[in-house]
Amino acid sequence: MSVPKDAGWKDVPKAGRILEPGCAAKYETGGWRTYRPVHVPENCINCLLCWVYCPDMSIQVENGRFKGIDYRYCKGCGVCAQVCPGKRGNKALMMLLDEEAQGAEGDTK
Amino acid sequence: MSIRVAKTGNEAVAEGMRQINPDVVAAYPITPQTEIVQIFSSFVANGKVDTEFVTVESEHSAMSATVGASSAGARAMTATSANGLALMWEIVYIAASMRLPIVMPVVNRALSGPINIHCDHSDTMGARDAGWVQIFSENAQEAYDNLLQAVRIAEDKNVLLPVMVTMDGFIISHAMEVMHLLEDEKVRKWVGEYVPENPLLDVDNPVTVGPLDLYDWNMEHKRQQAEAMIQAKPVILEVAKDYAKLSGREYGLFEEYMLDDAEIAIVVLGSTAGTAKEVVKALRADGVKAGLLKVRVFRPFPAREIAAALGGKKAIAVMDRSDSFNAVSGPVFAEVRSAMYGVENAPKIVDYIYGIGGRDVTMDHIKSVYDDLAKIVKTGQVERALTYLGIRE
Repeated sequence: MSVPKDAGWKDVPKAGRILEPGCAAKYETGGWRTYRPVHVPENCINCLLCWVYCPDMSIQVENGRFKGIDYRYCKGCGVCAQVCPGKRGNKALMMLLDEEAQGAEGDTK
Repeated sequence: MSIRVAKTGNEAVAEGMRQINPDVVAAYPITPQTEIVQIFSSFVANGKVDTEFVTVESEHSAMSATVGASSAGARAMTATSANGLALMWEIVYIAASMRLPIVMPVVNRALSGPINIHCDHSDTMGARDAGWVQIFSENAQEAYDNLLQAVRIAEDKNVLLPVMVTMDGFIISHAMEVMHLLEDEKVRKWVGEYVPENPLLDVDNPVTVGPLDLYDWNMEHKRQQAEAMIQAKPVILEVAKDYAKLSGREYGLFEEYMLDDAEIAIVVLGSTAGTAKEVVKALRADGVKAGLLKVRVFRPFPAREIAAALGGKKAIAVMDRSDSFNAVSGPVFAEVRSAMYGVENAPKIVDYIYGIGGRDVTMDHIKSVYDDLAKIVKTGQVERALTYLGIRE
C-alpha cells in the first residue's frame, strides 16, 4: 500500500480498505524479514538451485548466472541457503540477522 | 402532524423500515422478531418499498448478505433476536470493523438454553463489545423513534458504525400501544439519501474492502474503530436534537426520571423502566425521594454523564436483565459501578438480576428494590451486593 512510513492511525483508510487498485507490487513484504540471505561469490557455482526454490522470485539471475537478491520481497525464509550446495562444503548463501547484515556483500537494495 | 395509531413494537419497527426504504434487507425469521421481516416482506411484495429483499438460509447469511450489500454501497438492514444474533456472531464483529453503517432492530430474547423464547437481554448484552452502537427502547414509540435516528447515527461520517436498536421481546414487540408515526415523506426527507464512502459498485474508483490486516496496521484500524465509538456520543445527541425538531419527542443518552433530588434510584434498561416509573410515582406520593435513570444508549457507554447524574445519591440499584456468569454481577452493574469509581460522594451500589427468560417483573418487585435501598441508606450497610430478584429460594 502506498501509505507513508511515518503514517499514524488517523492517516490510513478506514478498516484497512485499499483505495488504489493494483498496488500490491508496492507492498514490500521484505519488511517481515528477520534473517537475510547473504551471497558469498567465491563459493557460488551458479547452479541456480536458489533461483529454482525461492518462493518469492527474489533471486535475480542474468545470463544464466546469479546476479543478486531482491530484498524488497525476500522474507528471509532461508530455503535458498538450505538448498545451496556451495563449493567443497562451503555454502554460497548464508543467513545472517537482518540488522547485522545491512550492506553486506550481495545487498542490492 | 404525526399519525396516532395503535401498533405493536414489531409493527412500529416494520413501518419505520418501510419509511426508511432501505436498498437491501436480508433477513431470517426468529421469534419474537419474525413479524418485523414478515410485515416488511409484504411491503416489498406490495411495491410499497424499493428494497431488494434477500431471503437467506440462516442469520449467518443474513448478516453476511447485509455486510456485502453495505460494502457495495447500499443502505442495508436486517433484524434478529437471541439465537439468531448468536448465529450472526462472526459477521456482527466484521460489520463493525468494516465500518458499515448497518441498522439492525434486535428484539431481545433469552439466549438458549434451556430453550426459551421470552425476553431478557442476554442476546444483546453478549454482543456489547462487538463494536455496534446499542440503543435500548422502553416501548414501541421509542423503538420506532430510535430506529429512525439509528440511520442518521450510523451513517454520520464521524461514526460509520452499525447500530442495534433493541426492544424487549413480546413485552414491546407483541403488545399493542398507542403511538405516533411520522408522515412517510417527512421521514424520507429527514433520513436523507445515503452517500457511501468507498462503495464497491463505484467501478470508476475500484477499492478492496476487508483485506488481510496483520500486526503492521490492525491496531491502527482498531484505534480508528474505538475513535468512531467515542465520536458517536456527540453525534447521537445532535441527531436526537434534530429529531426532536421533527417529532417533538426528546431523547438523550439516558433518561432521568425524578432523579434530580432523589436519594435512592435504580438504573434500568428497556420496558421495565415503564413499570419502575409507576413505582417511583407511588413512592414520591408517600414522600420517598426515589428516582430512576433509564439507559438509552448502552454503547457508547455514557460513563461520565451517568457518574455525574448519580453522584451524591445515597444508594443505587442497577437492574440487569442478564447475567455475566462472572460470579460477581450482571454486565450493566459492572459498567455503572466502574463509571462511579473515584467519584466523590459515590453512592452505595447494588445489583439486581431480574426478568431472566421472560420472568415477569411486577411493581411489587421494583418496590422491594427501593425498600432495600431505603434500608441501605438507613443502616449504612449493604447486606447483599447481588440479588436475584423474585427467585424461588
